[in-house]
Amino acid sequence: MKKVSVSFTLNGYPVTAEVPVTWSLLKTLREDFELTGAKEGCGVGECGACTVIVDGDAVNSCLYPVFEAEGKSVMTIEGIAGEDGTLHPIQTAFLENNGVQCGYCTSGMIMSAKALLDQNPDPAENDIRTNIAGNFCRCTGYVQIVEAIEMAARKME
Amino acid sequence: MSDHLFVGKSIPRTIEADKVTGKAVYIDDMKRPGMLYGKILYSRYAHARIKSIDTSRAKKLAGVRAVLTGRDIPDARVGFLKDQTVLKKDVVRQFRDEVAAVAAISPEIAAEAVDLIEVEYEELPAVFDPFEAMKEEAPLVHEVDARGRPVKSNMLPLPWKFEAGDIEQGRKDSAFVVTDNVSTTWVNQCCMGTSGCIAEFDTSNNLTLYNQTNVIFGHIGRITEYFSQIGLKGKKIRVVNAIVGGSFGTKLDTDIYEFISIQLALKTRKPVKILFDREEEFQALPPRQPAVFTIEQGCDRDGRLTFRKCEAILDNGAYTSWGATTPSVMIMPMSSLYRVPNVFFKATCVYTNNIYCQAMRGYGNPQATFAVETSMDTLAEAAGIDPLEFRMINRNHPGDETPMRLKITSCGFEECINAVKEKLKWDEKKGKQKGRGLGMASLIHVAGGARVTRSDGHGMVVKVDEYGHVDVIESGTDQGQGSPTVITQIVAEALGVRPEDVFLTFGDTALALWDAGTHASRHTFMAGNAAVRACAKAKKQILDMAVEHMAKIIKGGFKRKKRKDPDFVEPDLDYGLIADPENLDIRDRMVFPKKDPDHPYFRIPVSQVLREGLLGSGESKVVVAEAFYDPPTEMLDREFKGNLSQTYAFGASGVEVEVDEKTGEVKILNLVAAHDVGKAMNPTLLLGQIYGAAYTGVGYGLTEEIKVVNGRVMNPSFRDYQMLTAMDVVPIEPVIVEPMDEDGPYGAKGVGEPGLVPTAPAIANAVYDAIGVRITDLPITPEKVLAALKEKG
Ligand code: FES
Ligand code: FES
Repeated sequence: MKKVSVSFTLNGYPVTAEVPVTWSLLKTLREDFELTGAKEGCGVGECGACTVIVDGDAVNSCLYPVFEAEGKSVMTIEGIAGEDGTLHPIQTAFLENNGVQCGYCTSGMIMSAKALLDQNPDPAENDIRTNIAGNFCRCTGYVQIVEAIEMAARKME
Repeated sequence: MSDHLFVGKSIPRTIEADKVTGKAVYIDDMKRPGMLYGKILYSRYAHARIKSIDTSRAKKLAGVRAVLTGRDIPDARVGFLKDQTVLKKDVVRQFRDEVAAVAAISPEIAAEAVDLIEVEYEELPAVFDPFEAMKEEAPLVHEVDARGRPVKSNMLPLPWKFEAGDIEQGRKDSAFVVTDNVSTTWVNQCCMGTSGCIAEFDTSNNLTLYNQTNVIFGHIGRITEYFSQIGLKGKKIRVVNAIVGGSFGTKLDTDIYEFISIQLALKTRKPVKILFDREEEFQALPPRQPAVFTIEQGCDRDGRLTFRKCEAILDNGAYTSWGATTPSVMIMPMSSLYRVPNVFFKATCVYTNNIYCQAMRGYGNPQATFAVETSMDTLAEAAGIDPLEFRMINRNHPGDETPMRLKITSCGFEECINAVKEKLKWDEKKGKQKGRGLGMASLIHVAGGARVTRSDGHGMVVKVDEYGHVDVIESGTDQGQGSPTVITQIVAEALGVRPEDVFLTFGDTALALWDAGTHASRHTFMAGNAAVRACAKAKKQILDMAVEHMAKIIKGGFKRKKRKDPDFVEPDLDYGLIADPENLDIRDRMVFPKKDPDHPYFRIPVSQVLREGLLGSGESKVVVAEAFYDPPTEMLDREFKGNLSQTYAFGASGVEVEVDEKTGEVKILNLVAAHDVGKAMNPTLLLGQIYGAAYTGVGYGLTEEIKVVNGRVMNPSFRDYQMLTAMDVVPIEPVIVEPMDEDGPYGAKGVGEPGLVPTAPAIANAVYDAIGVRITDLPITPEKVLAALKEKG
């Protein structure tokens, strides 16, 4: 299969991937870089489990052709903790407020929340809900996720 | 009891930190050296004869390592009634029938190869309605049974019939009698992580199955049986769980894809992974069992229930998994939700060419409770009694024995009903608002195990190393319910260490002791009880060690001090204080005499004792203890009677809705979820169970439905299957009732499923209060509301 070479910044480091041209960013992250935090919950842009941040915006990486990442900055769940491993306030809030149960939706959920809080540090509940409307969760009923994001926003102030 | 350090506290889920950093390894993320990818070819018809299968093109595709059809593998039968084979050779009976399977070096190649398999079918007459299927002239879904004997009817030979008391007498004692017809449909469990496993054989044909089941030992039993049919008798089977991306009942049975991965691994001598895509998850995963009920109930002038009679028809689909056993759980609410002296319940499971069903959170309870609670409302109305008051009159009491012989011990039912009354402002609002309405429903569920197999035990191993680190070998499954944290709290409390000292290993049959499974809301109760017992034994070992070594450690300290400071005078201590393990305790990592916990010398770190015990003078010892907790409950007898759980959960949901009569839209304004949980082990985590279950219950009530038309799933995607999103705001007000269960670990009972059970009927009853029409068929979609309003005129 025809391959492409794509260079981008991944969690702060410059990288180059040589992968089949048809691969999505999700597939590239999971298979080529072995960053398996982003999940394939549906593969067709309907569930948000694959959410990563590209140039500051949350995207469904399952729909994102890898070649589109050329020259951009990609951040995944693996890249948001501090260099010494200190968890990001959103990660801590998810643990403290039970925003995570099975955890399958969690990477995507946290990345959506991070994109939001980076752009809007003081979101209203409705902003948060709108922001994660495309991130499905079967376990939590979203209540404690929304609360966790509010909690993180307060901590990040 | 109030001086617990960890139990009852909202300890964060720090032990599960890998889930927020992307490090947690789910089955999707697992790879084994040389692993191949399996893919299944499903039927194109709901009922057809397979005339021929041509796999030659698929086999030639580069990267393909095996192509299997029913002709390539032994004809072994699997499933609850052994009514299917792994790959279907002659006849397909539903769209999801597995016809062939491929193993290839990539998932893409496997998918391409599946497309290259050519199957010629001859279509057969099919039946899609259970009532049609019961008729004599209906086409038979199975011509013969598992033993090859000819079958005359589509009705399954299952004995679901329950009788207690005397229905005719009950009828005579009634002042009011009502009959309702209600029905529920298929819903998908919607685990965010799809189904999948990796099968791997070693050189001697012992199997390791990497999996995500909530019943690790159940798999061993079923695969052992399968092995004995395919020439692998006596081979060792090990089930190892990955982190589980949601379960909700889907991982209870051993599914066909698991047997297929085993066959592909056997054929290729390589590990083979099968992972469903989302469409497959909707089409090929058995969903919740639908049911149609006719329920009749009566009460006397005072509103006391006199009898309950109910018949249910279950569309079994083409084969039999746990869905067909949901009536065994339906019997519980049918016989034991509220005090009812005379009960008759009968369920008939009928083969059709539809998809077949399995377990989902609550098992058969949500379906049956929808029937019972619909009938409770109509009967209250017939008797002219407020529906909440009517439920209060008939509520269960502590000390009751129900017609099913369930022994009710702790029971916070009354408090739950009162909570609904108060929080919803029931007396003020009920029946008094146009376009808005209140409704309620209650629940009973097993909450102290469920003896559905001969052993309802749960084994646990606890070992403590010389640094005071505790390894817990958990035989259960972490499917997201919070057990890693709750069991950690219990272990830390019972052993006297801190939560950060406790490390759990879940889901490995080679390490763990037997467990009946993380189902039936039983894990906190069973594993908690096992943990308390195992920790008591381990603690005893540590205290014995302390008695042996403490004086020596302390005196050694004095000696060292003396060497440094010649003026130091060794205090005159009463070593009798630490001479008997009975007089010592451990708490927060320290060993000390019970009588004098803050003793200036006799309070030392437990790790010091452990190190001395292993590496000091004297006989070297390790600390390891096990416990196998199996409560004194009963298996149901032939009449489906017996106290199958050590305790029961009660609860009540109250809902306020607003119904838009123009659009038919139902909006939930408030949902009060009151639950008797025994004791809240971790309040924050407990709320998570209640919120999550209630949300799924709202979906069950209002939106969720697998649309099956002529056997085919028409909405196999998240876009078309309406699961609730974060935009569907449901204000939930949880109320925790804590009667402290005397058999529960620190007083706790199970709570995993209950939240889902009463939600949908509470909504239906609220809709009735709002618009005066009763929707008796779930889900309550805007179309149904509008149609009902139109009919009412
Ligand atoms: S996997 Fe990308 S949206 Fe579902
Ligand atoms: S935590 Fe399980 S899907 Fe969200």
